[in-house]
Amino acid sequence: MSEIVLDAVEVSRDFDVSKPWLQRVVSREPKRTLRAVDNVSFAISRGTTLSLVGESGCGKSTVARLAVGLYAPSGGEIRFEGQPLSAARAQAALRRRMNMIFQDPYASLNPRWRVRDIVAEPIRAFGLLTARDAITARVGELLTQVGLAPADGEKYPHEFSGGQRQRISIARALSSEPEFLVCDEPTSALDVSVQAQILNLMRDLQQRLGLTYLFISHNLAVVRHMSDRLGVMYLGRIVELGPGEDVFRTPRHPYTRLLLDAIPDLDMVGKSRTPVGGEVPSPIDPPSGCTFHPRCPLANDRCRREKPAHTKHGNVLVACHAVEEGRTA
Amino acid sequence: MNAVARFIDSDFLYSFRRSPVAIISALVALVCVFGAILSPWIAPHDPFDLASLSLMDSFKPPAFMADGENAYLLGTDDQGRDLLSGIMYGTRISLFVGVLAIGFALAVGITVGLVAGYMGGTVDAVLMRIADVQLTFPAILIALLVDGVVRAVLPREFHEKIEIYVLVFAIGIARWPQFARTVRGSTLVERGREYVMAAQVIGLSRARIMISHILPNVLGPVLVIATLNLGLAILDEATLSFLGVGLPPTQPSLGTLIRIGNDFLFSGEWWVTIFPGIALALMVLSINLLGDWLRDALNPRLR
Amino acid sequence: MPLLEVQNLTVEFPTRRGVLRALDGISFDINAGEVLGVVGESGAGKSLTGAAIIGLLEPPGRVAGGQILLNGSRIDNLSRDKLRPIRGKQIGAIFQDPLTTLNPLYSVGRQLVETIQTHLKLSDRDARERAVQWLEEVGIPAARQRIDAYPHEFSGGMRQRVVIALALCAEPRLVIADEPTTALDVSIQAQIIALLRGLTRDHGTSVMLVTHDMGVIAETADRVAVMYAGRIAEIGPVRDVVKHPAHPYTEGLMGSIPSLEHRVERLRQIDGAMPRLTAIPRGCAFNPRCPKVFDRCRNDRPELMEAGVTRAACWLYARGAAHV
Repeated sequence: MSEIVLDAVEVSRDFDVSKPWLQRVVSREPKRTLRAVDNVSFAISRGTTLSLVGESGCGKSTVARLAVGLYAPSGGEIRFEGQPLSAARAQAALRRRMNMIFQDPYASLNPRWRVRDIVAEPIRAFGLLTARDAITARVGELLTQVGLAPADGEKYPHEFSGGQRQRISIARALSSEPEFLVCDEPTSALDVSVQAQILNLMRDLQQRLGLTYLFISHNLAVVRHMSDRLGVMYLGRIVELGPGEDVFRTPRHPYTRLLLDAIPDLDMVGKSRTPVGGEVPSPIDPPSGCTFHPRCPLANDRCRREKPAHTKHGNVLVACHAVEEGRTA
Repeated sequence: MNAVARFIDSDFLYSFRRSPVAIISALVALVCVFGAILSPWIAPHDPFDLASLSLMDSFKPPAFMADGENAYLLGTDDQGRDLLSGIMYGTRISLFVGVLAIGFALAVGITVGLVAGYMGGTVDAVLMRIADVQLTFPAILIALLVDGVVRAVLPREFHEKIEIYVLVFAIGIARWPQFARTVRGSTLVERGREYVMAAQVIGLSRARIMISHILPNVLGPVLVIATLNLGLAILDEATLSFLGVGLPPTQPSLGTLIRIGNDFLFSGEWWVTIFPGIALALMVLSINLLGDWLRDALNPRLR
Repeated sequence: MPLLEVQNLTVEFPTRRGVLRALDGISFDINAGEVLGVVGESGAGKSLTGAAIIGLLEPPGRVAGGQILLNGSRIDNLSRDKLRPIRGKQIGAIFQDPLTTLNPLYSVGRQLVETIQTHLKLSDRDARERAVQWLEEVGIPAARQRIDAYPHEFSGGMRQRVVIALALCAEPRLVIADEPTTALDVSIQAQIIALLRGLTRDHGTSVMLVTHDMGVIAETADRVAVMYAGRIAEIGPVRDVVKHPAHPYTEGLMGSIPSLEHRVERLRQIDGAMPRLTAIPRGCAFNPRCPKVFDRCRNDRPELMEAGVTRAACWLYARGAAHV
């Protein structure tokens, strides 16, 4: 097995969602916490892409932020190149090797900065280059690499379209010469033809620079296109984790199957199907046992009582009593 | 396109050119500001030059009245000082106090707002409660209080020299909470944006993120409020001076002039108080109208 | 006669830098009981088309040319007062965000009853009964108990169901649904699409479904219009447009969508971006990005012409073109 770049071991993250202190004391309410990420483990090998997919509120964006150290885990540990993440982030030489690409191309670039300063910021922050000319040359190189012109550096973000802004965002992420990139829904705000451009660019860059990606998305087709390994998340937990091809060819967890069934697809012209009912419950007050049981066609008493552990099926880890017991109906 | 050409072509200038109110108030404000700044050179008389004053000239009515003299366009006061010149010098002092006070309030308010909004939690709660408490008192009351305390603390011989800065400090302290609240609100919005997260990921310090990333993006609204508050600060100064706790008659601001003139209002020499009053009203009104227009012009939702 | 006829519709936005033409002479029909999908990327003018039809263009936008006919009579030149009863009674609307459609201060029942009574002569009791029926029909569990609940007491998916009930309760002939599932999670999207499709089929309602999601169109629509830079690039039966696109833009668009069924090394991409309204190229608006561009495309603007089963605005299909 190749070298592990990022390694998450039983990571959890809680958020305090209590009312303000005074209000809580007056109305005698207890503190309330929301478990956004619950006991999540995964590892990403160098030069590969691990995708996390799930609906809103499943905790995938929280994992993204945990992975670059924007949040600290409430439990468990994240290691970057074998070192605890907090220790790794304390060293500029290691911190430089991870960076992030964001979802909203309109909010991820400071509107008051010129593009050349946006792209150069990590270079300056880490002191990778100091001479003015060298920085200008490097910024031009980075902009060319993402399909823009060096002269674009003089402009402000509002002069660019959404897709071009996302290219700028990628150039900024690359400017610290990272090896590991966390991509939080990088194309979900873009039109499909632009999405194709950005996805192709990200794959090209990965091959050329040997990048490792943690790719977060709600779009299964995009995830299928991008990932080597895939984790499906539901209410803070990874319910199925394995090589992308295996998960897509034989989805095992009922939720993965539901998702794959639910997606409107070009190949579905004229076909009809029976959609699965129910909606994602609130993570503040999750269901008992397996959190998916209220929507699951295979649920029984054990599912309502007992949280399922991950069991191995081929190359795939699945957290489901029904799959473990071989129940199918 | 260079910066000048871009400005001439901007929506901002376009909306200015289409707003008669904005143009007129800008003109009035400009006349006030230039008349005030240039008063030592363009004023017809020097009201501080005791040698040129003569009690013989006191209470001369404005030039357009029967007893008026062309040398004293708006008449003279009880000591024979030319009212027009007095107003010009007074406006200069009023503007000076107003601008410095707002500058001081801005510096305090922006710092507090940025820190409270970005740090959140207890720091935010403490700073904002202070602002809240202060906001429950009228600004003029705070200014009176601060002014009184400073006067009591400082030895008497300093009073004359630093009175103007005491006033700046008092008005500035009275007006910072509004800036702090506005900046905090905008900071809360900006803090959640992804460009701030991008800066956090590469490990920039909090101070650097606040100053180089958030500050430029929260300045717009607060500068609009500053314009509106400039008018209020000038009124604060005038009020304090009118109440007699502001500037002494040796350094007459518009407020001082109005107070002096007030004594003669009912004895027939109305011009001594009315003209400074009109000057004050015109200046504050034009600044406020300009501020209103600025707020609308910079608000993308109204465009 | 088609239920809705849009002929040569042009929408303009006067700005100080000149008049921007956001919709440039588009024409299409919707037949009774038909679902017409309208797809395109942001800025193509698809939402604007819907807004123009229901007379809800945001000023300073205005219909500058062409006509819109409902049941053969013009509705584009009606005054606000005459248009209001048509909106709701004849044309219903469903928007992307259910929160902006529902009034948070009124219970969903009250909003339904109000809409029903505005357009149908029913007593309070009958209207309320009808409201309960509609809530049941859109799949709200325990509708009779929940009719007096407020919008915030419903989840996102349930709220969108209420919006659908609200749009259909006056039994309009046509529903304009603008990105009805975009704000929803994928597993709920499928429920809503199925619901909308089933209900409109049962009631014989025509639908104009505006979305950027080709997958949604593929599953829901009978015919589809592909828009590009304020014009219709291609229109035809959904199967043909998806499987055998005629216009090079449609072809590129379909190729750029990643598939769930099979994985490819590289997605097909159309380089560049859709032009801004201020800089629409001469000739065919797509010509700078088109892999099959030739001289005529750079000079003359193509109208929709027969291209096999579909109709495409592309010179490749001009009579006697040697390039096909």
